[in-house]
Amino acid sequence: MHELSIAQSIVELAEEQARQQQASVIEEVEIEIGRLAGVEIQTLTFALESAVKYTMLEKARIVRHDIDGEGRCGDCGACFKTEALFSPCPQCGSYAVGLLRGKELRVKSIVINRYV
Amino acid sequence: MCNTHEHPHHHNEQAVLSIEQDILHRNNLLAERNRGYFEAKRILALNLMSSPGSGKTSLLEETIRRLNGRLAMYVIEGDQQTSNDANRIAALSVPVFQVNTGTGCHLEAGMINHALKHLAPPEGSLLFIENVGNLICPAMFDLGEAYKVVVVSTTEGDDKPLKYPHIFWEANVCIINKTDLLPYLDGAGIQTLRENALKVNPQLQLFELSATKGAGMDAWCDWLYNISKSTSLITSFLNSKYDKPGIN
Ligand SMILES: Nc1nc2c(ncn2[C@@H]2O[C@H](COP(=O)(O)OP(=O)(O)O)[C@@H](O)[C@H]2O)c(=O)[nH]1
Ligand SMILES: [Mg+2]
Ligand SMILES: [Zn+2]
Repeated sequence: MHELSIAQSIVELAEEQARQQQASVIEEVEIEIGRLAGVEIQTLTFALESAVKYTMLEKARIVRHDIDGEGRCGDCGACFKTEALFSPCPQCGSYAVGLLRGKELRVKSIVINRYV
Repeated sequence: MCNTHEHPHHHNEQAVLSIEQDILHRNNLLAERNRGYFEAKRILALNLMSSPGSGKTSLLEETIRRLNGRLAMYVIEGDQQTSNDANRIAALSVPVFQVNTGTGCHLEAGMINHALKHLAPPEGSLLFIENVGNLICPAMFDLGEAYKVVVVSTTEGDDKPLKYPHIFWEANVCIINKTDLLPYLDGAGIQTLRENALKVNPQLQLFELSATKGAGMDAWCDWLYNISKSTSLITSFLNSKYDKPGIN
């Protein structure tokens, strides 16, 4: 269940940044998860629910963007949407496909609340 | 409104912070630290991953027997509970450090960082890291190794690479173990398994062997020996997981 580690990493990363800004509460976290990143979205959602307990993110909205897989053929150069890591190039059938998108695991932004 | 007041005072304000960081940023930084240590000391580090029972420890035992005296070998054993595997390695008089991950289903770079401080592999050595038996979770965590090695055995079924593509996608080397059992298995032999692994990752370096009977072990040990020797000679040794075909 690496989703638990991932959820904890999201919390740590967001809290660290929020603390640097003297924030007390994180109201929103925006994340990007590639569809080919190897993360079960449902499992991650459950893992996040428990990981945010007693943290600055306890009440935070989680805004998630799922990123489609996009490959480029190493043989013919075609670019295409891909739903699996083992999909061949639709144009020439080659498996020498490089991934351009779909492996993302990113924290994009957070919304903090601070007392100034 | 605040600015209509004459005296200064405090209030709550909302702010949007742009972060744009990899979720595994902390692990990746620690992995880079390990990688720097390996490069500086010209240590060749391999991360062995597989389902439980595919033969990682058996492979290590036989590899150590064959390369003993020719290479200085060190082992980090990742295990959820027991120290059985570490004991099997220690029985061969090779320095081994055990990392108990508890409920954790994979090793992370920080654990390797910690283990390295205890194990202190010397310059020019060969370091094996046996990951926790699991085909899913270890794929995601860079440990700073030069090579990710995925072990799959002939009894596990031909479709393993397609069912667990991430680990095969991340790996540099794939070992198909237990070839001695092929005569007892129904089906088309090893061909489909091999093809499926290469569909996920055409760059995979394949070895087919039997860790317990010895067939195919020579090719694997020769490869290891050569790569370890060239690592101990070459100072800059780069491995990027994004260095996949077709991107550049
Ligand atoms: N027949 C056969 N059995 C093997 C081979 N390699 C390992 N085994 C057996 O598979 C079982 C699991 O091996 P082990 O090395 O502990 O797997 P690990 O969990 O991946 O470390 C043990 O009973 C080994 O003796 C092999 O090449 N052929
Ligand atoms: Mg083992
Ligand atoms: Zn093509």
